[in-house]
Amino acid sequence: MARITAGVGCSHVPAIGVAMDTKITDQPYWKPVFDGFVKSREWMKKQNPDVIFLVYNDHCTAFDASCIPTFALGAAAEFKPADEGWGPRPVPVVKNHQKLASHIAQSLVLDEFDITIMNEMEVDHGLTVPLSVMYGDMGPDDEWPALVIPLAVNVVQYPAPTGNRCYNLGKAIRKAIESYEEDLNVVIFGTGGMSHQLQYKRAGLINADWDKRFLDLLTEDPVYASKIPHVEYLREAGSEGVEMVMWHVMRGALDDEVTEVHRHYHVPASNTAVGHIILENKAA
Amino acid sequence: MEKEYEDIPGTFVFDADRSREGYHLNQFCISLRLQKNRDEFNANEEAYLDKYPMKPEQREAVLKRDWNGLLELGGNIYYTSKLAANDGINFQNLAGLMTGMGVEAYRDMMLHGGRSIEGNRYKSEWSED
Repeated sequence: MARITAGVGCSHVPAIGVAMDTKITDQPYWKPVFDGFVKSREWMKKQNPDVIFLVYNDHCTAFDASCIPTFALGAAAEFKPADEGWGPRPVPVVKNHQKLASHIAQSLVLDEFDITIMNEMEVDHGLTVPLSVMYGDMGPDDEWPALVIPLAVNVVQYPAPTGNRCYNLGKAIRKAIESYEEDLNVVIFGTGGMSHQLQYKRAGLINADWDKRFLDLLTEDPVYASKIPHVEYLREAGSEGVEMVMWHVMRGALDDEVTEVHRHYHVPASNTAVGHIILENKAA
Repeated sequence: MEKEYEDIPGTFVFDADRSREGYHLNQFCISLRLQKNRDEFNANEEAYLDKYPMKPEQREAVLKRDWNGLLELGGNIYYTSKLAANDGINFQNLAGLMTGMGVEAYRDMMLHGGRSIEGNRYKSEWSED
């Protein structure tokens, strides 16, 4: 049977992708960001997932304002890196486990999560940057070591889905994956955040205390964390900090009690606080 | 409907009302993610903008690159950043412009831990806005 063994929380700042693509990760500005992923890359090699279920948001790239699905599951065979206005990232095309994705889509709707199904979709930095930081440098002719099932969440137009909804969706995703017959090691990623505001006069807001509390709660009291209201993210973690609701999908798919095997936090990457956590199911 | 997020200073929450107001502006911005559209826009901005039925003040804000004006008129940062990218301005430099701090001072603030949350939670804590 397929099983979820671990979860990864990870920021997806576009400038991190640019730093990797332009080979400047050793510069003093970037080195502390990437030092925190050295252990993560070793962990990924050992963990060696067959499939990554990757929760992210599109930043007005594949989705324009004409259609705004709250949850959109990638069911296509593959997903090309999108041109976001400065050319596509030079990273591999993302390949899906299409049969598992179809199974999850069916299971979720019957479980009353009325997701949108995407049979054509390009993916932006929200999806490719977490893969890059966790796997290291990969060129367009390489292959990502795992198949990837993308779940795009609307966090651009208010309101994003509630933390509670995301947490429960995680549980439904786990149920779907664990009812799939093939023997697969699945790791789930929740991405985005941490505190940041990209817009208007309060741009540059960072709240490290709040971020660290969020990471603590995510590990130790995920139900409490999932009840944090939107206005608290917006006020305390910045207007774009609300991306952190996506981490609850990841957390909901794990055991109630998990082992925190790695954590990394650094300010800044461009406008953003970088946060990263690896949680393992105890039975894994 | 009461909007409890309206008392956050220096911030526009991109809700359904803003999305409705900014629709054509944002659709124009996202079109610039593709090179062929960037080429066409850069060759003749006015002619390109004619394709998008936005309000005159939105069109004016695009032509003037009034970055805060674009947000005030329903633009969202992920859309307006496509116009900025076309002009060679990245997210951090755009933030330097929107905050009025300038690129260097803004970058320096980020290197020193970013803008503190203290004094920046409520509009009542700001002398303006």
